[in-house]
Amino acid sequence: MAVDQADMKVSIGSLRLRNPVMTASGTFGYGEEFGSLVNLHRLGAIIAKGISLLPRQGNPPPRIAETACGMLNAIGLENVGLERFFTEKLSFLRGIDTPLIVNILGDTIEDYQQLAKRLNYEEKVAAVEVNISCPNVKQGGVAFGTDPAMAHAVTKAVCQHFSRPVIVKLSPNVTDITLVARAVEEAGADGLSLINTVLGMAIDIESCRPKLANTFGGLSGPAIKPIALRMVWQVAGSVSIPIIGIGGITTPEDAIEFLLAGATAIQVGTANFINPQATEEIIQGIGMYLEKNGITSIEDLIGKARRE
Amino acid sequence: MQVYKELAEIIRREQVAEDIYRFTVKAPDIAAASKPGQFVMVRTGEGLDPLLRRPFSVHQVAEGGMVQILFKVIGKGTQALANMEVGRKLDVLGPIGRGFTIADDSQHFLVGGGIGIAPLFFLARRILKKSEPFSIRVLLGARTKDEIATLADDFKSMGLVVDTITEDGSLGKQGLVTDLMVDLQQEKPVMIYGCGPYPMLRAVAKTCRENSWGCQVSLETMMACGLAACLGCAVLRADMKGYVHACKDGPVFDADDVAWL
Repeated sequence: MAVDQADMKVSIGSLRLRNPVMTASGTFGYGEEFGSLVNLHRLGAIIAKGISLLPRQGNPPPRIAETACGMLNAIGLENVGLERFFTEKLSFLRGIDTPLIVNILGDTIEDYQQLAKRLNYEEKVAAVEVNISCPNVKQGGVAFGTDPAMAHAVTKAVCQHFSRPVIVKLSPNVTDITLVARAVEEAGADGLSLINTVLGMAIDIESCRPKLANTFGGLSGPAIKPIALRMVWQVAGSVSIPIIGIGGITTPEDAIEFLLAGATAIQVGTANFINPQATEEIIQGIGMYLEKNGITSIEDLIGKARRE
Repeated sequence: MQVYKELAEIIRREQVAEDIYRFTVKAPDIAAASKPGQFVMVRTGEGLDPLLRRPFSVHQVAEGGMVQILFKVIGKGTQALANMEVGRKLDVLGPIGRGFTIADDSQHFLVGGGIGIAPLFFLARRILKKSEPFSIRVLLGARTKDEIATLADDFKSMGLVVDTITEDGSLGKQGLVTDLMVDLQQEKPVMIYGCGPYPMLRAVAKTCRENSWGCQVSLETMMACGLAACLGCAVLRADMKGYVHACKDGPVFDADDVAWL
């Protein structure tokens, strides 16, 4: 098959991936939800739904609203918590021969430390992705993500307690994303993933009320792709650690744009909702593009738009 | 849970009333696996706006791997769908969720409001596989006659007793569907299967609680994926201490398991 001819392997720190396509946290459950639709063994990595130390209920509904070429969500980080992740979710993921990256979130630096420490014992967890950027909870997340000093402190704490690669997921809801990116790199992160959702809102003109119970939510989907691509480009020019591009990637062409802008890998998010097989189609499409253009290694594509 | 993704050809397109359509599509895997109350997620076009799939309960399954959906045009997604012609292929995911549980040895009351009637056809057919027509009564409410007249006739052609009521009195009595929930025969335990708008279901659930009748309701929520990944379709639990999700724990819930706000 075309896909297997070009070399699609990439690395994030010591983490080796068979291809650069991952699933974005919160859009793919814990893998099992997509098991009957996607060959999970072909993915570059699976990033699990964000986990906190204790379970979280999440926000009241309505939690989502559709917008032009996008959607708003204010789920509020609903998750089963670390214990139930270990007891209920991990055994399925252990059976999948694909690196597992666990997205972690907390209210305090101690929360992140605890999560890192506990996950470090679990060999199936190939890397952690530190969520410092969810816009939908009142304390915690967003403050860490918008303040370079706080982002540095969280990153450092996680790196001290987790011996495998640490990826930090950045918020676009800042004036200059490169400041946070540089602070996180300096603190020891092995990679950066960006962008998380863009803060937005929608109003129902019949009820004259915000469509989301939380008023504000995170915008995702094709609508945010140009913003994400611009930020990946900017950050790629500011740091030397690998970047994982996220934001509205729906087709192989979208993914290739992010690689050309300087991303080493990409995540597919909202597209999983529209087309649960988007990840596999993107992997295949990148392979065909490489073959068509006579590119033998995907590494040659990374950052190519910046060089010429 | 096994979910199938099929490219389902539109075999038949019927306009049942103004703004209400019934599509028959060929989706053999989904047809074979579907149970009453389960739903499908349909892409309403190939573009990115509208972006998300739309959930529709399975209206009926038929010979030859056919699946029917019944829908009302309420926005740009359903409008795009309504404009599709026979022969086009629809991208359909399903069957999804937990459907109705058919109660043993009960008097079955199928209570539908407006377009909420959709899954009750399929349910009636499955009940009739095990029970006699007289064990079922259908109670239908709507704003006006046009919304339910054709569908009420379809139920009658199945040999069922159908009571109708409309808010404007244009079909049956004037009032709400809960006004029909009186003097329900009680030789056997009563099981109510409700589907319709939230205020109606809340009233149905209340009536059932007062009479100690069994009650299952199919709830509609905003939903992005249908695969228990987005967690957008949250429904507050009866104990108000957390949420269940319409795509996984529902869309059919025991009325006692959810909070009625």
